[in-house]
Amino acid sequence: MQLVILSGKGGTGKTTLVSSFAHLSGRDTIKVDCDVDASNLHLMFEGRDVDKRPFSGSKKAIIDPEACINCGRCQAVCRFDAIEQGEKSYQVIERSCEGCNACRVVCPADAIRLEEEDSGEMIMTILKDDSYLSRANLFPGADGSGKLISEIRKASLELENAREKLIIIDGSPGIGCPVMSSITGVEYGIIVTEPTQSGFEDFKRIYEVARHFRVKSYVVINKFDLNPAMSDQIEEYCRSKELKVLGKIPYDPVVNQSNFESKPLVVYNESIAGDEIKKIWDSIKSEMGV
Amino acid sequence: MKIAVLSGKGGTGKTTVSTNLAYAMGIDYVDFDVEEPNGHIFLKPRDLKESDVNIMTPVIDQDRCTLCNICVETCQFNALVNTGKRILVFEDLCHGCGACSLACPEKAISEYPRKIGVLFEGTYEKADFFSGRMALNEPMAGPIISEIKRRIPKGRDHIVDCSPGTSCNVVKGVDGADYAIMVTEPSVFGLHDLKLAVELVEEMDIPMGIIINRSNEYDPLIEDYAKDSNLRILGKIPFSKAAAKIYSEGKLLIEEPAIKEIFEGIKKQVLEEVDHAISHS
Repeated sequence: MQLVILSGKGGTGKTTLVSSFAHLSGRDTIKVDCDVDASNLHLMFEGRDVDKRPFSGSKKAIIDPEACINCGRCQAVCRFDAIEQGEKSYQVIERSCEGCNACRVVCPADAIRLEEEDSGEMIMTILKDDSYLSRANLFPGADGSGKLISEIRKASLELENAREKLIIIDGSPGIGCPVMSSITGVEYGIIVTEPTQSGFEDFKRIYEVARHFRVKSYVVINKFDLNPAMSDQIEEYCRSKELKVLGKIPYDPVVNQSNFESKPLVVYNESIAGDEIKKIWDSIKSEMGV
Repeated sequence: MKIAVLSGKGGTGKTTVSTNLAYAMGIDYVDFDVEEPNGHIFLKPRDLKESDVNIMTPVIDQDRCTLCNICVETCQFNALVNTGKRILVFEDLCHGCGACSLACPEKAISEYPRKIGVLFEGTYEKADFFSGRMALNEPMAGPIISEIKRRIPKGRDHIVDCSPGTSCNVVKGVDGADYAIMVTEPSVFGLHDLKLAVELVEEMDIPMGIIINRSNEYDPLIEDYAKDSNLRILGKIPFSKAAAKIYSEGKLLIEEPAIKEIFEGIKKQVLEEVDHAISHS
């Protein structure tokens, strides 16, 4: 069974929740960090990397300056403005190239080839409590996050006894390709939102995407007491959509301390937010029947 | 002058910095976070003109198609599948590159514009406002960002509010900037993701400075890193529950006199840095 934690807007508290769930469940769960641009979950836990694999998420066109006859057809068909006239021949602007192949199709001199690009690495980490964390680093500026996320999720499913365990997925921010890859085929989701106008707008958009992908979704309102009126509005919206609010986490300075010391919030004894997260964990477990 | 605001980590305060600074400087604001755009909440733009963003998507003329499979082999995004009876198009995988129709020897592939989002152009109190919004259940933000970029008049000073992360969409935002502002927060995560964003901007050879949001006044984690990396700290926005409340209501922080002063300081530093960057390029 798989549970994904989502938020739409970044920084609403996904990783705070996931790291606490990870700590509370220990060996019973497998963890996947789908924020491959900026993976943070591993920073909270001690662990050792047991497997690293290179990942290629896209291709780039390369023009052979010796073979190029400067006809300009490649530039004319490129829809990504990725080809410019160089000193000797046409050349590819690497960071604009999507590796789509159009230039190669039209080149009469056979001077263009596509080459796999190094886009990142997949990493399997064993945490101190002997549970697995599947994660990745996408190289800055690289393409192919959606594909990389599919790969690390696949790696988590191939682990021993993966089918009998709960897999907890830390989703990526936004609503685009990486998010879709994070939630495809996932049964349960928790959307973490905050009572701000931005948080509420972003929450509505991510909820629609989760619904489209048939993820059974629940809601957690973080720092709900920062703007109680806005929290009420969010709850009202949830009622209208028959979405269950699993918990409301109060503002708690201990959260900053836990971020600063990079430890899961639930290890702090006197955290009111941590207490609420423990209750949320119990609720989601009973919702999932585990 | 083009200033890009980015962060690596989500939720560190990119939009807070971008909107308040654009307002303080009186220059155009451009929202490139088309997946979850929020700039409009704070700048409240007027006279918004909405237009569609389309990408060209293939249509197969099944009468002409000979199932030769060349289009399927040409497509790098697995958007075309040969079932043995016909060619199917998976529209949400299509990048709209046109390679399939160029490759088809039977001229059986035409294209139609498929809507993937919308674009907004308007004005806010001080200057112009540009943003976009990706349609729900669409995967690709890139073409929308590129389209917004085309709409910005040449020579206009503007601030670009990038999407979170360090992916190719962030590169689109930072590309061509005279200066980059890295927004971070004083936590291990903030620092980890800041380093990734710095790596990206360094590779693009764009000068940059750091703003620490939710600052504890003294933030050794970030300050030591900035010192070691020779990066200037442009300003610190203190953590306060009052500021969080103002933000939650969708208001600009600059309405608070104490914070206004901070942004005036940031503006001065940014202008100095940009001047320096432009005169040295």
